[in-house]
Amino acid sequence: MEVTLTHYLVLSTVLFAIGLIGVMRRKNLLMLFFATEILLNATNIAFAAISHYIGDLSGQMFAFFIIAIAASEVAVGLGLLIVWYKRTGKIDLDQMNSMRG
Amino acid sequence: MELYLYIALFSPLVGSLFAAIFGASPKTSITGYVTSALLFTSFVSSAILLNYVMGGHTVHVEMMTWMATGDLYIPFGFVVDQVSVVMMMVVTIVSTVVHVYSIGYMDHDKGFNRFFSWLSAFVFSMMVLVMSDNFAGLFIGWEGVGLCSWGLIGFWYQKDSATWAANEAFIMNRIADLGMLIGIFLIYWNIGSIQYDVVFAEVGKLPIDVITWIGIFLFIGAMGKSAQFPLHTWLADAMEGPTPVSALIHAATMVTAGVYLVVRSNPIYDLIPNVGLFIASLGAFVALFAASMALVNRDMKRIIAYSTLSQLGYMFVAAGLGAYWVALFHLMAHAFFKALLFLGAGNVMHAMHDELDPFKMGGLRKVMKGTFIMMTLASVALAGIYPFAGFFSKDLILEVGFVEHHYVIYTVLLLTAGLTAFYSFRLVALIFHGEDRYKLFGIHPHEAYKFMLVAMSPLLVLAIIAGSFKMTYYQLVTNLLPSTQYHVHSEATYWIMTIGTQLFVMLAIAFAYKKYANWNSVPDGSSAMENRFCYKLLWNQYYIPKFYEEVFSKPYLELSKIAWKQIDLKIVDAMVDTIANVIYKTGENTRDIQDGNLSTMLRWMVFGLVVLLALAVAFTVGYNAVGA
Amino acid sequence: MFEAIAFYLFAALTIVMFTITVMTSQALYAITAMAAGMIFISAFFFILGADFLGAIQIIVYTGAVMALYAFGMMFFDTTRNVIEKRTNPKIVFVLGILAAVMVVAIFVAPIVSNNIHALYPVEANVGNSQAVGMVLFSKYLVPFEVAAVMLLVAMIAGIVLAGKKMDKSLTLMADDQIALNHTSQESNHKGGGH
Repeated sequence: MEVTLTHYLVLSTVLFAIGLIGVMRRKNLLMLFFATEILLNATNIAFAAISHYIGDLSGQMFAFFIIAIAASEVAVGLGLLIVWYKRTGKIDLDQMNSMRG
Repeated sequence: MELYLYIALFSPLVGSLFAAIFGASPKTSITGYVTSALLFTSFVSSAILLNYVMGGHTVHVEMMTWMATGDLYIPFGFVVDQVSVVMMMVVTIVSTVVHVYSIGYMDHDKGFNRFFSWLSAFVFSMMVLVMSDNFAGLFIGWEGVGLCSWGLIGFWYQKDSATWAANEAFIMNRIADLGMLIGIFLIYWNIGSIQYDVVFAEVGKLPIDVITWIGIFLFIGAMGKSAQFPLHTWLADAMEGPTPVSALIHAATMVTAGVYLVVRSNPIYDLIPNVGLFIASLGAFVALFAASMALVNRDMKRIIAYSTLSQLGYMFVAAGLGAYWVALFHLMAHAFFKALLFLGAGNVMHAMHDELDPFKMGGLRKVMKGTFIMMTLASVALAGIYPFAGFFSKDLILEVGFVEHHYVIYTVLLLTAGLTAFYSFRLVALIFHGEDRYKLFGIHPHEAYKFMLVAMSPLLVLAIIAGSFKMTYYQLVTNLLPSTQYHVHSEATYWIMTIGTQLFVMLAIAFAYKKYANWNSVPDGSSAMENRFCYKLLWNQYYIPKFYEEVFSKPYLELSKIAWKQIDLKIVDAMVDTIANVIYKTGENTRDIQDGNLSTMLRWMVFGLVVLLALAVAFTVGYNAVGA
Repeated sequence: MFEAIAFYLFAALTIVMFTITVMTSQALYAITAMAAGMIFISAFFFILGADFLGAIQIIVYTGAVMALYAFGMMFFDTTRNVIEKRTNPKIVFVLGILAAVMVVAIFVAPIVSNNIHALYPVEANVGNSQAVGMVLFSKYLVPFEVAAVMLLVAMIAGIVLAGKKMDKSLTLMADDQIALNHTSQESNHKGGGH
């Protein structure tokens, strides 16, 4: 019953898939941000696991930077979201169609 | 001396560019003065070079490299030797005169500046043609004069006939130029150089059939430029251009380029006497053929154009029989008196408000004394009466034919000499003698500007005295050309021939005067002579233009229509349209992807990710399969 | 054995929490479930011996990010549910699962991992935090500083975007209205000074 790297990678992939489904499924912009966080965390697990099993700290370093990026993304994304909400009163993805070709 | 070479070569170009600056603006007299002055500079430089060359030197410069690829090395090289300096003198004298004359002739024309730009550009191209030291440079000049000729024939482009004639001349020359190009390619292919000196030194080592082909193809080029049968029709139609153009390009210089080519390539033609005989025969044929058409024509300029054609035939006879210096001599003499004749015709045209039919003129000697004298003397020179220029050069060609035992050619040329005298004086008689028929048409003729007559006078002087340069000229050019002397062996035969020819020509002149000097009506196509078969044949130029029209132009038009309607519209256009439609339809159908909905876009993004992953898996599997 | 039990337990918990986050229609449920999922993920980091990373995970995600989301949600009317149209739900799941299967297939394939060797091996006799610190401030110093600057920029951006003129919506106004607004404010200010 030993836990191998593959276990972690599979877990990471499953979480990633859940995030992907969320990204595709949700129409609420806030929920879309949550799904993005799930995606980032899924990769973090993979990085930490590989780092552990190979015995290299680089994986953890990458995880740190990903966390930093996630934090920045939240700050900027949420700011934009608020601006958008103040402007339209909606955060529905289906109604953001100003890019209609 | 190199400096004079460059001045002689480039001052026409400078003039042309200067005039081109004002090309689109209305008349500014300065363009005429500047171009004429630069042409005169070019003439003076050529004269200095002539003096230098007379001293037994030649000038050979290599201005810069033009092409150097692999084994091919073509420089912009120029040579002033005994042959090219003669051509340079002819070109610069005639063109200077024509430039000055044109200031008066084009006085009221809207395209005054454009005209001078083209005219000077032509002179530059002609100078490149004669001064180049290799066949490539010659070809550039060859094409340059063709282009300028196109621009000047079609100078009055608002007239359909002028543009048609310009295109005809250009296209016919292209056909011939293909032949010339092939000739040059053959030379390069077999010798590996197209420098004159190398080619002429090496050509003797080639097999005889290769030389024959080279000679034939080069002559095809010469046939086009010098309007020899069967590419002759453009020259008569080219008379649509302004008269100074006809004088300069279609009488004195450009059309003689073909003769120049044969003369220049004399080491090649010396090796292939059969081709030379063909050239001579064709020349004799064209001489008679063109003269016969001139007999009945009722267009003053066309008559002179046919006369030019006929004289070119004479030159080719001489060149074909190996008498290159005689050909060049006739070229020179002919340039002077034929340009004079054309310029005189220009005066008459101006006086008659562009009327060209000599039957509608008559009695003009009373109002246009100067022009009358000049044209009469030019015609005398053309007819070859002693002691005018034509006598020396033309009789010499007859003697060449006789001495070389080509009696058929000799007879044809003799006959042509009579015809030449007849049509020349038919023209003079109709224009200047007889009743004042122009009064029927309400025209009030006037003499041309004084300075135009003064400008023409150098040509008049040269037309009279050019024959006396014969020995000087002979000593000059035979440094380069074969120095065969053509003397009839028996003294008696010589005098009989000369006097006989003179008498024959004078008889022809007298006949022309008798028939036409008292003409008093304008023919309307009803007289018995005009309905005769041979008159109609000559009047319609042996039906050759019609033949070309039916055999070449019309089928080509039909072919073009088929190509347009069947091939272009139904195949090429359809294919292009299909491609466009496919793209358009694809865009139309996939437009929904870009509906602006971010959710849909995200789904497409994931779809793309899945596709990429699938590819990665496929490659991984493939890699493992191969690696294992 | 203990490790295995912990792994499976937390794996199940994480998957459940994240599934709730993705599937629920209530924003509050979603954010709560996600916060829980983040904490469970930190458990994996502890299992893997990345103590420092685990701590960071809890502090940054549950402490900062989640709090930020919670504050952000105050601006929105969370009681009014966004009506989410479901178009082709099957495609979503098919695509998600396909992607997962592909990635797993790639991970399982034994070509990548064979020739990997550690660039910065973990030193035996130091704790994780110390080891992380040594690598982070030596080999990854420049990226670390850049990340710091990035965070600063993001902070400023967040403040500027969300915090400016909280009472008015500048973006809804036309240009002249904004100008008018400014001048009236200035005159008010002067009036107040009297």
